[in-house]
Amino acid sequence: MGTHSHHHDYNFGERYTFAGKAKIGSIIAIVVGIAAVAFGLLSGDHITVERTYANLLLMGYYFTCVCAAGAFFVALQLVTQSGWSAGLIRIPQAMASVLPIASVILLVIVGLGLYSHNLYHHWYAEGITDVNSPNYDSLVAGKSAFLNMPGFLLRQIIFMGSYSIFAVILARLSYKEDLDGGLNSYKKSFKLSAIFLVIFGFTTPIWSFDTIMSLEAHWFSTMFGWYNFAAMWVSGLSLITLILILLKKAGYMAWVNENHLHDLGKLMFGFSIFWTYVWFAQFMLIWYSNIPEETVYFYKRWEPEYKPWFWLSIIINFVAPLLILVDRDVKRKQNIMLFVCILLLLGHWLDYYIMIMPGTVENHRGFGIPEIGTAIGFVGLFTFLVMSKLSKHPLAAKNHPFLEESLHHQI
Amino acid sequence: MSNTNYILGSFADPDEMMYGIDKLQANNISIYDCFTPMPIHGIEAKLGVKPSRLPIAAFCFGTLGFLLGFSLLYYTMAYDWPMNIGGKPSLPLPNFVPVTFEVTILICALGMVATFFFRNHLFPGRTPRVMDLRASDDRFVIAIDARENTDHAFIDSLLKESGAVEVKYNERKYVSYE
Repeated sequence: MGTHSHHHDYNFGERYTFAGKAKIGSIIAIVVGIAAVAFGLLSGDHITVERTYANLLLMGYYFTCVCAAGAFFVALQLVTQSGWSAGLIRIPQAMASVLPIASVILLVIVGLGLYSHNLYHHWYAEGITDVNSPNYDSLVAGKSAFLNMPGFLLRQIIFMGSYSIFAVILARLSYKEDLDGGLNSYKKSFKLSAIFLVIFGFTTPIWSFDTIMSLEAHWFSTMFGWYNFAAMWVSGLSLITLILILLKKAGYMAWVNENHLHDLGKLMFGFSIFWTYVWFAQFMLIWYSNIPEETVYFYKRWEPEYKPWFWLSIIINFVAPLLILVDRDVKRKQNIMLFVCILLLLGHWLDYYIMIMPGTVENHRGFGIPEIGTAIGFVGLFTFLVMSKLSKHPLAAKNHPFLEESLHHQI
Repeated sequence: MSNTNYILGSFADPDEMMYGIDKLQANNISIYDCFTPMPIHGIEAKLGVKPSRLPIAAFCFGTLGFLLGFSLLYYTMAYDWPMNIGGKPSLPLPNFVPVTFEVTILICALGMVATFFFRNHLFPGRTPRVMDLRASDDRFVIAIDARENTDHAFIDSLLKESGAVEVKYNERKYVSYE
């Protein structure tokens, strides 16, 4: 701070080495995941195949969402010209760089799910929009101008494609800034971020209507998009914080301290409450108006099959962060923040589980090889891709115009 | 000199003021308070200011607001004149959430503002207690209790060495009354 304490001796050229246990562990996790998916898909049992698809969708969507949240984080910091996050921006940048791969994986899952009728069969089936067919569904036919196979796939490609392009360009501009210095990269990133945030803000609700809400095509909720955005943002923030804490524990990023952790904790706390706010707004309006076509969603989740998990999701995603993170000092402690990050990541897995399963496998749900194996596989894939990306560039954006401000961040 | 109650070192630059604090503390001179026109990061830790107790007041007012909001709804909707709205139970808890939440926030916010005003003696019509008028404009001021720290010449030299543009010897604590 100021002229009397300007000197610091951080090594901004520091790089993360992705090797040893972390690398081997992530590869083993990927193999476990592939084995679990293969086991599910080749089981020959229709229910297990559908359950595997549902889990692939869950983890594929979760994976894409957290990477998109990384891109959103980067863009948000640029547009608000935030200084505090400059020291840790390489973590969300690495997540953003992986978004194209995550998007392709989700696209393949969604495409195969459609093709094999394991996903989206509520609205994609033979003759479903044909009045003369025994399969005719007047509600789906009414929505078919929007909810049709070519339109659905086109939207998936356009949405995820545009997010990916922006995510990669924003990360690349920052890597370029390391070499060139100056403000050109920053100014360009600022403009691109503003455009990206407008596109992202308007299209993510529609993207979640398509990917998740259309699993139960008879039902609809305009709150669903924001509800999904909140889940995406909280889990993305938790993951950024989790990676940061693990890196700090491994001795990296000495320039990031408990003040930065505190700010991330505040965001996690605030957006967990925002998630609850949107969740509750959706629930209360449906409960109050009591229209059968709307209540069917919660009716399914109120069945004994799902009710305990439905409540557990509220406890993990709302009550736990509310009570644990409300205290200032807790947000500044690595170990307890690590616990909350893992808890929230598990909580939003459960959140997605409750969104997806009642519309796909219904009462054949379970917690077995497809669920655990697929989750492990995607965790491994995420770790492998993001940590490889992180190891390719210095851990500090040394020419970031606000890096100095980040070093002196104090709250 | 003997009538001096407070010595005020007035700085034009916050970094120089922070340096002045370091110098005074290194020479075991206790600082009464500092006044700055803007928040200075790290100054609380340096001066050893205790964390604010405002969050405790916020929690108490929030609890009060919660109880007020909930009892208002309970009395009007469930006790005094139970109404059947859309076939819902007369104690429809999900419906109570938004109003209870809003009243909690309202009472909490108003209570915090009131606590802040009360604690800082900011009442309507009351002359504010200000030790240096320019500390809310362009000066960064260190105030030292001249009764506790008797070597005034040494304090003067320390302040000037660290960059004070002006050192005042005040008999009255608050100049705003004059």
